[in-house]
Amino acid sequence: MLNTIVLSAILIISAATIGLVYRVIKGPTTPDRVVALDAIGINLVAIVALISIALNTSAYVEVILLIGILAFIGTVAFSKYLEKGVIIENDRDR
Amino acid sequence: MKTNDIILQTATKVVLFLIILFSIHIFFAGHYTPGGGFVGGLLTSGAIVLLLLAFDMKTVSKILPVNYIHMIAVGLLFAIGTGAGALLFNVPFLTHAFGHVDLPILGDTSLHTATLFDLGVFLVVVGVTMTIIQTIGEDE
Repeated sequence: MLNTIVLSAILIISAATIGLVYRVIKGPTTPDRVVALDAIGINLVAIVALISIALNTSAYVEVILLIGILAFIGTVAFSKYLEKGVIIENDRDR
Repeated sequence: MKTNDIILQTATKVVLFLIILFSIHIFFAGHYTPGGGFVGGLLTSGAIVLLLLAFDMKTVSKILPVNYIHMIAVGLLFAIGTGAGALLFNVPFLTHAFGHVDLPILGDTSLHTATLFDLGVFLVVVGVTMTIIQTIGEDE
């Protein structure tokens, strides 16, 4: 019973991820693509968690934290590029 | 135009230490489970990149006065030295030794020379990643 629910949840989230990939490729503006990429990261976290439930193991818990950190840094970098035009400044008081 | 990024800077001051602690955990977890020097090094350089994003190159080089090219050299020395040290004991290159040692607080601990090799990998990965990012990331 639980296995069926988890498998169907993985299928639904995978379908949502495919829709987000369409948005990343097609997306008219850059902010659309950034939001879609961030949501893909969150969906990856969900898929890893569901696979961890389906396989009944806790070996993948660190992967969730890793994907979360990398998605966070990526989103911050994209946001700063959209806001300021540069990602790494030499001197921010200038 | 000067933007107000107080939220990012305050969040970075907390999250940075969480990421570095997690990278140290990944580094030592690599002994028996997935992880190790490479992933730990990538996470540490991710933490430094977050610092670079929230602040700027001048502040970060004041906080961490490290020459990353020297870091690559030290890491390679660790890795090659651990491998070549096996030749002194008449065993093939890269043979590792391990043993159980009684430490004062930790008790019976398994020590392994592969950790030193992994420390070299860690330093090389941090050095290479930060050199690449500083080279392509700085504007004139």
